[in-house]
Amino acid sequence: MNIVNPIILFFLFGVIIGLLRIKLCLPRQIYDFVTILLLLSIGLKGGVEMSKLSLGFLFPQIVTALAMGFLLPFIAYPVLRYLGRFSLADSASIAAHYGSVSVGTFAVAISFLISKNIPFEKHMALFLVLLESPAILAGIFLARGFSQKTKWKEVFHEAFLDKGIILMLGGLLIGWIIGPSGALIIKPLFFDMFNSILALFLFEMGLIASSQIGSLKRHALFLIGFGILMPMFSSLIGVLIGCWLGLSIGGMTIFATLAASASYIAVPAAMRISIPEANPTLSIASSLGITFTFNVLVGIPLYYSLAQKVFIILGR
Amino acid sequence: MDFYKEKLLTVITESEIEEHLVEDFDKLGAKGYTISLARGKGEKGIRNAIWSSNSNIKIEIICCPKVCEKIVEFLKANYLKNYAMILFVADVDVLRPSKF
Repeated sequence: MNIVNPIILFFLFGVIIGLLRIKLCLPRQIYDFVTILLLLSIGLKGGVEMSKLSLGFLFPQIVTALAMGFLLPFIAYPVLRYLGRFSLADSASIAAHYGSVSVGTFAVAISFLISKNIPFEKHMALFLVLLESPAILAGIFLARGFSQKTKWKEVFHEAFLDKGIILMLGGLLIGWIIGPSGALIIKPLFFDMFNSILALFLFEMGLIASSQIGSLKRHALFLIGFGILMPMFSSLIGVLIGCWLGLSIGGMTIFATLAASASYIAVPAAMRISIPEANPTLSIASSLGITFTFNVLVGIPLYYSLAQKVFIILGR
Repeated sequence: MDFYKEKLLTVITESEIEEHLVEDFDKLGAKGYTISLARGKGEKGIRNAIWSSNSNIKIEIICCPKVCEKIVEFLKANYLKNYAMILFVADVDVLRPSKF
């Protein structure tokens, strides 16, 4: 278990308070502020590192990440539809959540690697931004096909102009422009305080996650299984692709975490608009209540050891 | 004082569809609206607004009966089935009917 990390303890603290039904949460504006800070920090960190890399180097990685995000829902969908016996809309919507990524999980993976002094490619935030959207398109495609009725303009708006994506993209661009020396003056808030901000964020996430678990009801057993096994399977794909891209063990761990994590901000909002007949409770309860909790507590260290093994087996 | 009769349409629904609804209302002829954050409990469970996917909004529109009916019909056709949405209409007295 990933338990000695103070950030994880904050998360567990939130979960326990939520389970005890103690009425406590960050004020809405503070939560929004913490989220914005986290998104900008992640973007900035990635952007500063990207300024050292060439586009020619990044291009194959970008294309591979986009393809992975688009294809993961096509693996999740048949499992949900035929094993889980969910409706077409619910299967497509849940599948989209699992193809997309979670910023919180990514941040915990970064913090985990740093606390263990494991080196990783610092431009991984770029993949976090890239992986938000393709799964949304895949989910809508699964639910609707190439139907004439699909309002693609709206769909693209929902998929690519989500607030979270814009904030990270803004951070990436600013970081890329200013580079390491320019970043010095904004370092105290955006870089040095990263773990403290993340701790606050995870405290709130613990509260929210524990409030979601109770809403699973009828499909609880299947979704608990799916919410744990699907990320484990996706992480294997992520590790293998990371290895193929030539990433370090730390980089492979993050790529696996990205593949394994499920969205609970951008995708739910987009699905609500694009596939309104899908039940949002199912997808959020499993992506946040189960998969996020699993990834934060157990998944990330597991993906790290998986990355180590694959690295050795494939003789890198 | 002279008062004029208008309709007050109140819609309580998911905050995620706010932008789309507002666009629809404009197109259907509403001259204005007031939106506030809301929380509570209904058929779709407790919506306590601790984060965005779980929060509600309350939209209040004062308009003439014709526009009110148009909006209600539109919401019935497009939103009531799939979204957490409650709507009700009340008669209200206003001072300046030209504003609505």
